[in-house]
Amino acid sequence: MTTSATPVKDNASPRALLGGRSIPGRVVPVIVTFVLFVLLFGVGAARYDGFTSGQVLANLFIDNAFLIVLAVGMTFVIVTGGIDLSVGAVVALSTMVAAAGLRAGLPLPLVVLLVLAMGSTLGLLMGLVIHHFEIQPFIVTLAGMFLARGLCFVVGVESISIKDDVFRSVATSPILLPGGVSITWSVLIALVIVAVAAWVLHRTRFGRTAYAIGGSEGSATLMGLPVARVKVGVYVISGLCSAIAGLLFGLYMLSGYGLHAVGMELDAIASVVIGGTLLSGGVGYVLGSLLGVLVLGVIQTLISFQGTLSSWWTKIAIGTLLLLFVVMQRAFMRRQP
Amino acid sequence: MSVDAKQAPRAAGRPPVVQMRGISMEFPGVKALQEVDFRLFPGEVHALMGENGAGKSTLIKVLTGVYTPTGGVTTLDGQEVSFSGPAAAQDSGISTVYQEVNLCPNLTVAENILLGREPRRFGAIDGRATRARAAELLADMGLDVDPGSVLAEHPIAVQQLVAIARAVAVDAKVLILDEPTSSLDQDEVAELFRIMRVLRDKGVAILFVSHFLEQVYEISDRMTVLRNGRLVGEHLTQDLSRINLLSLMIGRELGALEELERLADQAGEEASAAPVLRATGLGRKGSVAPFDLQINRGEVVGLAGLLGSGRTEIARLLFGADRADSGEVTVDGKVVQLRSPRAAIASGIAFCSEDRKGEGVVADLSIRDNLVLAMQAAAGWARPIPRKTKDQLVEKWIKALDIRPANPDALVGRLSGGNQQKVLLARWLVTEPKLLILDEPTRGIDIGAKTQIQKLVAELAQKGMAVLYISAELEEVVRLSHRTVVMKDRAKIAELDQHATVDDIMRLIAHVGERTEAVAG
Repeated sequence: MTTSATPVKDNASPRALLGGRSIPGRVVPVIVTFVLFVLLFGVGAARYDGFTSGQVLANLFIDNAFLIVLAVGMTFVIVTGGIDLSVGAVVALSTMVAAAGLRAGLPLPLVVLLVLAMGSTLGLLMGLVIHHFEIQPFIVTLAGMFLARGLCFVVGVESISIKDDVFRSVATSPILLPGGVSITWSVLIALVIVAVAAWVLHRTRFGRTAYAIGGSEGSATLMGLPVARVKVGVYVISGLCSAIAGLLFGLYMLSGYGLHAVGMELDAIASVVIGGTLLSGGVGYVLGSLLGVLVLGVIQTLISFQGTLSSWWTKIAIGTLLLLFVVMQRAFMRRQP
Repeated sequence: MSVDAKQAPRAAGRPPVVQMRGISMEFPGVKALQEVDFRLFPGEVHALMGENGAGKSTLIKVLTGVYTPTGGVTTLDGQEVSFSGPAAAQDSGISTVYQEVNLCPNLTVAENILLGREPRRFGAIDGRATRARAAELLADMGLDVDPGSVLAEHPIAVQQLVAIARAVAVDAKVLILDEPTSSLDQDEVAELFRIMRVLRDKGVAILFVSHFLEQVYEISDRMTVLRNGRLVGEHLTQDLSRINLLSLMIGRELGALEELERLADQAGEEASAAPVLRATGLGRKGSVAPFDLQINRGEVVGLAGLLGSGRTEIARLLFGADRADSGEVTVDGKVVQLRSPRAAIASGIAFCSEDRKGEGVVADLSIRDNLVLAMQAAAGWARPIPRKTKDQLVEKWIKALDIRPANPDALVGRLSGGNQQKVLLARWLVTEPKLLILDEPTRGIDIGAKTQIQKLVAELAQKGMAVLYISAELEEVVRLSHRTVVMKDRAKIAELDQHATVDDIMRLIAHVGERTEAVAG
């Protein structure tokens, strides 16, 4: 018991990284994920020419900006012990609404606002149902998933390409970084969201309450914390993040389609879990989820560099990793009294 | 003490901070409170007394807004109030520390103490200030706990004190302590009482609930006694003798203790030498050293020892919850392999675990359903039990165990701890086991229910059941048992006959100079 005080002091670096007084034991999975990322990248660098370039790293962010945003929203939900299966469908719906709105000649800012409002509202509705009717998040968000996916085809059954000039220029104009590396605006947006989310989850009372709910919802209620507000709030955040991810996906694909992002909710959940967040709630970091996405991304890159393997090997690798991490978490939980 | 006691009448001169009048609370099938009046003065420690099911917890939940009463009014500082929940009650200055630690095990000690009230800087939680403030509060309480450590790393007793630190951190007018001492040792209780006195002298009204009579007499100025959801009286502690308090609390059942002694004696004479269970060299590495044990028909064998001495481990071996790695067990002369609880049940062994919430009753089902489940499991799924037989059996056991309310459709989760324990016992009894293993059946329940359960055990033995009785309370073990097995450091160290006394057992255990704190409880 008393020994726990000493390692805290030794581990100054992860504490500083994670912006708070985190406890080493809980940071371990995040560090493991980081080490894994570095190892995988190292394997790539050792085996393939050109893997070490900064652009390969930048492409990881470019190709996964939307997934990063989704995983961030998902982290909030999972920290409270919930789950949100609707995010992939909301991404698709967002691309559809944005594409259809722009085709109808609505101004871009209005379309963006519309999409964000729609995502948040869907999240709000699901959160309210989950909290006030005490229904498992799994079922409610599954219903939300079907609803959003269905709504896509109400907007249109065909893929709609986005021709708005401003939208296209945002999508294609690169931001040049020193060293000849370029990123997109999507990456910048995603990173800003990671920063804001980390601040909210780790440094505000809202975030603290989310952890408390994940630890013990009953206790959180008895402690007089605003459980209802936060529990509904995390689904609003997840919905909002899905809408933003939808816009980023629109920038990436330059089209809206009802079959976009099929199964992406599962990629998001996998990233969050690989990033060290406990599915049972109460433990997890936004930064971990970012690392989780990057691990998924680097596996994809490795397989594309390899060239002869089918892209389905990505799924096999992710499945294996996910299993490993869940088993590791279980072992970690057992150690705790 | 005398100084404390004199403060109480003086306090009565002031207007009460909390006044509850005619409070009634009804659940489907249960009248938990009927027209209860209650008042709480500033600067007093007020004990709320009553057996399990008397309505103490319900009254507290009404006061803190967890339940909305079906009748009556509550005033705080003369203003009528109706809280929407514990948060609202807390905002008005009513803080509660519950029997079970209601904190978040995944957060740090400091976070738990200040959750929802963290010092902030520019909208963000100031981690450093949070820890500093928590450290200050812990230091005030004389607690040496690292505020940055995760709560789950600490033993329950420390978690409990952290919960109290949290309650103290608010400037509470009313502090409710619901069984705060049940998991604390002597020193920790003394520490808690010191803190309670400090708070009381600052004018805080403290509502204290405890099953430990001596603690109530040590700390309280005034007490309110409830029985079966009704108010039976409010008294100054100094004016109410222990025996009068007991008779107020349990009323008609005072004679039960004497009857118990008589039954135990009778059963003793009738105990036959036919062994129901015989264990030879039974043991499990790292759990309990090989031991021999024989339990005869109609006999109560007590297992005495300190916490962690191997009492529960023996029970788990005999019930097949853990696999033995040496020795053998015979039931009715036949060797049995106790590989799983299922195998043990098939051999006629029943085990009432000490963790009744986790391993015992199904809280969401009615008393009837809980009992029927057990019957059906015993009879096998393929053989339906006639409805009439079921109803008769359910009624019989509700009556025999005096389960209250005597309504077969009442949800078990709504019953008090003592009554849940009785339902758990009934669940096993309907299966008519040959050997009944009881692990701490009377822990956390009041004197009335305790006596009833002890009496029941004596009666069962008289009817021929073999009973293995495990309890931390030596008096109880000695009173009930025909033979007592003494455990120490995970090994059987002695077996005493009916004439053993608590002193004998204590001497045996203390023999090698170990602490005997469990004995004190």
